[in-house]
Amino acid sequence: MPPPFSLLNFFRNRDTLRKFFAEEVVQRFPNNNPLDVDKVTTGVSMSELEKTPKAETGNVTGLYTEHEEWVVNMGEKTIHAKRMPGFFRTLKYITESFWLILFLGPYLRWNGKQALMLDVNDRQFHIFGLTILPQDIWMVSLLLLLLAMTLFAVTSVASRVFCGYFCFQTTWVDLFTWIEEKIEGNPNARHKLDAAPMDGAKFGKKALKHALWLLIAILTGISVIIWFEDAFVFWGNLLHFNLSLIEVATLIAFTLGTYFLAGFLREQTCLWLCPYARIQGVMCDSQTLVPTYDEKRGEPRGRIRKGAAAEESKQGDCIDCFQCVQVCPTGVDIRQGQQLGCITCGLCLDACDSIMDKIGRPRGLIRYMTLDEVNGLPEKKLYQHPRTLVYIGILLIALVGIIYGLSHMGNLTLRVAPERQPLFVRMSDGSIQNKYTFKVLNKTAGDVQVKVSAEGGVKGQIIVDGGKPQLIHHGKASAFTVFVKAPEENLMSETTKIQFRVENLDDPNMKAEYDTVFTGPKR
Amino acid sequence: MSDNHNSVGGVPTTGHVWDDDLGDFVNQPPKWWMLGLTASTIWVCVYWLMYPSVPVAIAGHHWTGIGLPGSGQWSAISELAADQKVLDDARAKYEDKLKGMTPAAILADAELSEYVARSGKVLFSDNCAACHGQNGVGTVQAGKFAQREKGLMAPILNDDDWLYGGTVDTIHETITGGRQGMMPAHKDVLSAAEIDSLAASVAAGTPAANPLFAEKGCTGCHGEDGKGMQAMGSANLTDKIWRFDGSPEGIKQTITYGVNSGDANARVAVMPSFTAAGKLSDVQMKKLAVYVYKFGGGTPAAAPAPVEAAAAASEAPAAEAVAK
Ligand code: SF4
Ligand code: SF4
Repeated sequence: MPPPFSLLNFFRNRDTLRKFFAEEVVQRFPNNNPLDVDKVTTGVSMSELEKTPKAETGNVTGLYTEHEEWVVNMGEKTIHAKRMPGFFRTLKYITESFWLILFLGPYLRWNGKQALMLDVNDRQFHIFGLTILPQDIWMVSLLLLLLAMTLFAVTSVASRVFCGYFCFQTTWVDLFTWIEEKIEGNPNARHKLDAAPMDGAKFGKKALKHALWLLIAILTGISVIIWFEDAFVFWGNLLHFNLSLIEVATLIAFTLGTYFLAGFLREQTCLWLCPYARIQGVMCDSQTLVPTYDEKRGEPRGRIRKGAAAEESKQGDCIDCFQCVQVCPTGVDIRQGQQLGCITCGLCLDACDSIMDKIGRPRGLIRYMTLDEVNGLPEKKLYQHPRTLVYIGILLIALVGIIYGLSHMGNLTLRVAPERQPLFVRMSDGSIQNKYTFKVLNKTAGDVQVKVSAEGGVKGQIIVDGGKPQLIHHGKASAFTVFVKAPEENLMSETTKIQFRVENLDDPNMKAEYDTVFTGPKR
Repeated sequence: MSDNHNSVGGVPTTGHVWDDDLGDFVNQPPKWWMLGLTASTIWVCVYWLMYPSVPVAIAGHHWTGIGLPGSGQWSAISELAADQKVLDDARAKYEDKLKGMTPAAILADAELSEYVARSGKVLFSDNCAACHGQNGVGTVQAGKFAQREKGLMAPILNDDDWLYGGTVDTIHETITGGRQGMMPAHKDVLSAAEIDSLAASVAAGTPAANPLFAEKGCTGCHGEDGKGMQAMGSANLTDKIWRFDGSPEGIKQTITYGVNSGDANARVAVMPSFTAAGKLSDVQMKKLAVYVYKFGGGTPAAAPAPVEAAAAASEAPAAEAVAK
């Protein structure tokens, strides 16, 4: 079992530190991999590093001319990734369509109301028939814990599954580049178009693309907002230009945010902005499955040359076709090893597999592998991965909590606060009166009338107005005051236990209890 | 600082190396990042211009800022006023209703009486609690106080014993018009022995049993049965609540020197008129009446609900106890 991760240990350990530092270099200077001792070139000047390898002559396919490289990806150049069909490509389309819920969910109706609504204004969440009030908010925190632990557990098993398959950044970028491809053509065509001088045709294409992007961005903004207020009311207000300032501001923020993040920042978000990239990064360890280039099988890489059959036996399976780099949405060369730019989307696996099929080699030169497997260490089973088990444990606890909460969410809850000053009042007939503030929460859909009764307490006590029906509005905590009087001579001690009950006048099964005390003079 | 001897492959660093092999790359931050930084810098300048950002005043003058588009120059006091307006606007729908309502009508309206109970709490603490105690628990004076001051300074408001009546309208009357207790001094009328005798029977809660009670004219104010008369604010001498001090000593003091009788040793019992004081608005006085009523001792005005009747039965002789 690896030692538990600690920042202190991490920084104390010089070797780890060196490796960390060096990995950073791998990311930033992909051409110059210091981990690969043989390749360390000392004294290389910056200008040399920045040179882009020129397309070489003598290759058998046109593949080689497609690729380009950069030293530090700071977004100076737009990445135009190639789309190749394959298992992971299909999987990604499926997982990404999860976000359709965002667009369609708010239009679901339930009993004449919006089925899914996070009504922040009225402080209640509606999930079909269920209403979550602020009093139940602990369940929402458990839900967040559950989601966080799911993220952790999944990431520790199969690395950044969220990034590669579910993240909204990934999804929207995928959608935006799909539109780009439909309008401007394949990556080569797009590069050419970008380089070409502005003319009518180019302008038309660009304008159409940006218009569509903006349309999606606006739709995204609207879809986010209508999770928080009634969808149809919002559309109505929108079409009548009758939005509140905060609605307009939210809409603009989400629209522009979507447009810039998915249209322009793209992989830069993952590389330099997103904290989840880093958080998920530390969730991975040597037992985590990550898209990995099988170096033993692939190296020494070399291009297929005509009539080089004799040499080929010495060559590895990687024909250095750069298809894996071509398809990568973040412009990573996975053959340099796992790195923080990789969102583990599996697209390079598809690309490489298709090449392997073409050259008649087995698939899986790039595949999901653990670091242990790469290093030839014995593979451990999932149950031997204690960290994952801890995550799953916490996850289950949160789940149990939520299930408990949902199944014990009575329709009526009662809180009784005895008056603190004065604790009791002596009345003119000598009896002792206590004052209680009742807070009754009605979680049903309709208003109810309740009556108050008590169990225990002092002999001969009277609940003033106890039978008087109290109106409790639905979805709200209503407060009212209740006085209890008792003859002083019946008081056995300074405090006496008393249990209050409120009961729906129409439905005696709908009730709630609360234990508190009746206070009298010191004796 | 030492020479660049890091082993990561001859990439350019700032040259500053520490802990043997740690260095800083000289990479430029991304362009969008620099743009963001520049934009923030510009924004800071705009901010600086808009607000009164120089924390010094010279000869009473300070930089007031060129103001915000649409809302003029900013100042803390105008922001406060704006915030208060938000609050007032939110309350307006209640406050407007309160203006035209009687205290009894306010009390009958569940929502309004809940609202009034909340704002009443603040009003009560500011205006009433000094004499009546926080939440109307009364303020007991003991120890170093003179005999005439010993006991309750002002009535407890959360019991059901009222000198002048406990309906919400009467309470409102008491607040607006004030009250002044009145009991003559008896030091020249009664002998010490008579005072002792009367004090003893009042302390026992049975004043009418003492022949002196009728003989000496106590019944004129306190009634034949000693239960007091709310119309004149005379105390109920038979219940368990004492306006001043229920000890025989205290009762003797009250009988001997009276209440507001002009005698130097008389007890003082004055409730100021809040209308005359001019400090509270009409609505505020109504709020206080409802608030005080809701302490728990208020007398229902109309025919009460059945359970209430049972409870109120014992409260029925709800007269107060002046000068017990
Ligand atoms: S790095 Fe961040 S933005 Fe990028 S795919 Fe992962 S979670 Fe999404
Ligand atoms: S390297 Fe492969 S798995 Fe990683 S982001 Fe690029 S295409 Fe996806």
